[in-house]
Amino acid sequence: MEPLNALISLSNFMLIPALAYGSQLALGALGITLIFSILRFAHFAHGDTMALGTAAVIGGTLFLQAQGVSIDPLPTALLAIPIGIVVMVLYLLAADRLVYKYFRKVKAKPLTFVMASLGVMFVTNGITRLFMGVGETRFEDGQRFLFTVREFRDFTGMAEGMALRSAQAITIITALIVMVVLFWFLNRTRAGKSMRAYSDNEDLALLSGINPERVVVITWTITAILLVLAGTLYGLDKGFRPFNYFQLLLPMFAAAILGGLGSPIGAIVGAYVVAFAELGITYAWRRVFSYLMPEGLEPTSMMQLLPVDYKFAVTFAILVIVLLFRPTGIFKGKVI
Amino acid sequence: MKKLLMASTALALSAGMALADDVKIGVLLGFTGPIESITPHMADGAEMAFNEINESGLFLGGQTITSVRADSTCVDSSAAQAAAERMISSDGVVAIMGADCSGVTMAVLQNVAMSAGIPMISPSATSPAFTTTESNGLFYRTSPSDARQGAILAGIVMERGFSEVALTYTNNDYGAGFANAFEESFIAMGGTITSKVAHEEARGDYSAEVGQLAAAGGDAMVILGYVDGGGSMLRTAYELGAFEQFFIGDGMFGDELIAATGEAIEGTIGTIPWAAGEGADRFHALAEEAGVQGQSSYTRESYDAAALLALAAQAAGEATPAGIAANILNVANEPGEEILPGELARGLEILAAGGEINFMGATNVTLVGPGEAAGFYREYVVEGGEYVTVQFH
Repeated sequence: MEPLNALISLSNFMLIPALAYGSQLALGALGITLIFSILRFAHFAHGDTMALGTAAVIGGTLFLQAQGVSIDPLPTALLAIPIGIVVMVLYLLAADRLVYKYFRKVKAKPLTFVMASLGVMFVTNGITRLFMGVGETRFEDGQRFLFTVREFRDFTGMAEGMALRSAQAITIITALIVMVVLFWFLNRTRAGKSMRAYSDNEDLALLSGINPERVVVITWTITAILLVLAGTLYGLDKGFRPFNYFQLLLPMFAAAILGGLGSPIGAIVGAYVVAFAELGITYAWRRVFSYLMPEGLEPTSMMQLLPVDYKFAVTFAILVIVLLFRPTGIFKGKVI
Repeated sequence: MKKLLMASTALALSAGMALADDVKIGVLLGFTGPIESITPHMADGAEMAFNEINESGLFLGGQTITSVRADSTCVDSSAAQAAAERMISSDGVVAIMGADCSGVTMAVLQNVAMSAGIPMISPSATSPAFTTTESNGLFYRTSPSDARQGAILAGIVMERGFSEVALTYTNNDYGAGFANAFEESFIAMGGTITSKVAHEEARGDYSAEVGQLAAAGGDAMVILGYVDGGGSMLRTAYELGAFEQFFIGDGMFGDELIAATGEAIEGTIGTIPWAAGEGADRFHALAEEAGVQGQSSYTRESYDAAALLALAAQAAGEATPAGIAANILNVANEPGEEILPGELARGLEILAAGGEINFMGATNVTLVGPGEAAGFYREYVVEGGEYVTVQFH
């Protein structure tokens, strides 16, 4: 049973958290990649709009809780997600009308767009803090665990235990569903096809009668949905704190670039690679190997490649290596 | 216009004359910055002592003490030094009650107070570094060093039969100093630290940090941090089944911790500097009367620091920096009559008559080593969502 114990320990401390984290990153990176391929700029406001969207969901959750609405054992926040999506669609479309539309009209360089989105980021950031403050907000309710470490141990009788939190399970399942729906939308529907056409060749798409403004509106709408879902799932799993959402910008961009900017499948693969690399490289493998190695050969060191503090450095390193050696990413995306 | 000018000059002159009998003592605290929420109460605490002395009319043959407040900012050393220089050179203070945070206190001590020969008593600088810093007898503190708490906590962990523990601390001067002190004492008692990991505040996910501690193993987890990061570490460790028993330091104490961690904290044992007994009770009664928030952090220590400076001046018979510095230990420690809050007048009387006093104050002041509080700690255990006192150390 020793290898099984090793696997349980690994799942508990690394595989499950990485899978949930990767799913959250994937939803965020998908938005980044969509905006990059269709609107053609790097959306720096992504992390902070995610925070604002989550704030809207939290507002909705509090309202629903006050009304006595509950879908126990599931968190109430899931019910409030549509509220957040509506708010964020309106917010992003307003930002588009007030800021980005002008730059599209004057055919500004991508860098100008990036700077404009940086401005939107600061404003969004301020609005979120105005409503939520800078501290942590926990809005998870319902049943916290599918099974706890103690239940698992008692049930299986293994030496090692494993816990699965509801938020983690919901994250992984939701991310899967969203990905399937998104691919169906992009490949099978008329609107999705017009988006891909616009992304491939803007002039040709215009000639074939695709309305660019409509494509823009659809893109922002899908982005808003992805943002709110990613933000809410991340918040349910790890608690809501505006600054952490801002910090997500780096791993989300690393994921999108690693997968190949503009490639949705790349964004998903990239997100899981980043998540598993961040946690795997900073994980102390000693416990796992002590189960796998024959007696007498157990490791005495921590078997840790990098200290935990260097989590963000791992993401940075991935970003630099990809940009140096394969700027198109795994799935041959566009180059910034 | 001319008349007005003359009148105001005359007024200024007379004011200056009235001040000739005044002894000025600086109150250097971070009125802006990270601890701005507690410093007004600390200053009020210090000024409570000054008022008590002024009302008695017994201080150095009827002189009065005026407090000169200035902002240490808690974090900006150059601003704190400038404030200290100004209070020494232009206000002419003879001693400083302050500063507050360890970093700025060290900067003010080494760069301003020591060159000017001005004694300082800090109510709240707890860094172990002060114990080994040579201050020429100018620096004292009414709060204990974190090293002391590290030793006490190590003793508690050992006593409960946990000889192998995993240690995590918040990644700053407080956390690192506390962790080092704990580690040193714990190893000296024959214990083993399986792994020592720093954690940052305000992160979303602590499973990697907990994973490392879990991989190293141990019977219990010692967390020296704040409610935010330390509380998250505790909850994550409990939920991942990494540890069952936790020990925590003073930074974690508070009702927010219990709200944030729920059932995970049950059975957790910790320490916090505490004031109990007659001195503290009397202080709280006085504070309530004066409209001061006596329960706020370090307010008691501030009262004691201010009272010590005044009593030392009385013992010296003159309000000079050198006289105060030379007499602080004499009035703070045995032998002599014990003086509690509200009895400062009696203390002044005894000193004026050439007698000796042992100032106890609100925190049972006893200065040990180079002149720091020995400290009085409450050991508690969390039972049913409440902090229950086990004993005092």
